[in-house]
Amino acid sequence: MDSADDPPTSTLAFLFQAEFASEEQQQKGFIDWEWLGENFTEDVVPAFLQHIYLCAVALAIALAISLPLGILAARYRGLYGPFTAITGFFYTIPSFAMFIFLLAIGFSVGVTPAIIALVLYSLLILIRNVVTGLDSVPPETKDAARGMGLTDRQILWRVELPLALPVIVAGMRIAVVTVIGIAVIASYIGGGGLGTLIFSGITRNFPTLYVTGAVLATLLAISADLLFVRTERLLSPWAHRTRGAR
Amino acid sequence: MDRILDVFQRRDFIANFIIHIELSVLATLFGLVIAMLVAILVNRSDTASTIAINIGNIGRAVPSLCILVLMLPIAGLGFDNALFALTLLAISPILINAVVGLRQVNAQIIDAARGMGLSGRQILSGIQLPIAAPIIFAGIRTSAVQVVASATLATFIGGGGLGDYIVEGFQRGDIYISLAGALAVAFLAIITEVGFGTLQRTFTPKGLRLAQARARAK
Repeated sequence: MDSADDPPTSTLAFLFQAEFASEEQQQKGFIDWEWLGENFTEDVVPAFLQHIYLCAVALAIALAISLPLGILAARYRGLYGPFTAITGFFYTIPSFAMFIFLLAIGFSVGVTPAIIALVLYSLLILIRNVVTGLDSVPPETKDAARGMGLTDRQILWRVELPLALPVIVAGMRIAVVTVIGIAVIASYIGGGGLGTLIFSGITRNFPTLYVTGAVLATLLAISADLLFVRTERLLSPWAHRTRGAR
Repeated sequence: MDRILDVFQRRDFIANFIIHIELSVLATLFGLVIAMLVAILVNRSDTASTIAINIGNIGRAVPSLCILVLMLPIAGLGFDNALFALTLLAISPILINAVVGLRQVNAQIIDAARGMGLSGRQILSGIQLPIAAPIIFAGIRTSAVQVVASATLATFIGGGGLGDYIVEGFQRGDIYISLAGALAVAFLAIITEVGFGTLQRTFTPKGLRLAQARARAK
């Protein structure tokens, strides 16, 4: 390890170095497969499931908030500016700092502040895509629906939302990937999930643990991304046709 | 409040604040250079562009803490390695936007430029890059904000920066130390976002701004 050009007061780096010296011999090779095999169902699987659970709950809550707000903002344009300004502000706050703010305003360490933060991060993306999706519905289509005698509510549910769905799903894709990434950090404030493996691996200086956590979280994020790309395509077959015709 | 101010006045606070900025600025700059080089290289080939965009998309999906942590067994602890990981993180958003931005320039405009006798390089520097500038800037903005946020996590691989205080607060059970770090990081992130928003507007060519205003008026 470097000692001369150490950044000033990097107390933590110093702690890590001390640990490195004492515990480095404990692990044979890059990954201790034996340990992994023994602890897989006990430590790794629950962390993985907890991670998915956190993200799914956060996304469901975020959708339940963003859909009505997005529909409102598409109707009453004046709301769109304030909505994106407020949610954009949340989105800009670094997640590690956001967790501290949530703890400072009185939340105790655990799943609740983790989920609140994940929801706050998804709002901007989801609201923006709900509005863009609703905007993308051609006015002629809405006129035709009205001409057929559909009420406003029927037009919303049967015409506008189904046509906006691919754009909304595109937003969900970005939100899911973001949330999976931030949930890793949420483990630091007791959210559980794959970050638990990473943080305890770092403090115990046990690479097997943090590499497993990081690799699984990465795979989870990439597969969620691919899954949503697929769904997005399935939901908008017409986009393919035009692309194919070119 | 006083206890937060105490942390701000610690001698090492300024040092870590500067490390944080250094990490962020350098990582974004390196990321920008690499992403632009790749974007210009793949510019002429459809297949290469698609591959670059797909790699960029996968890169964007990788959680920031995972990039840092996965570099740990390979590169070890320290400022340089944190910088390396953050650079990797900075590439994807700029790469995607640069490739998309350069390619979405209207084919007719490029044909017209070629007809006027411009060389490939002139078309790139005189037409494609200025037209793509706002999109590329949006990518740099995304990258920079993300890097400022992720530099907080550099503390976990011994890179220093403002994350040190968040962690120190946790270790000592003193939320005010954490809060000082968190406030400083949030401040940096917001400054970055607002600053790049302004830059993005100034770097939009005049003609493009007129066209956008006209499209909006429709």
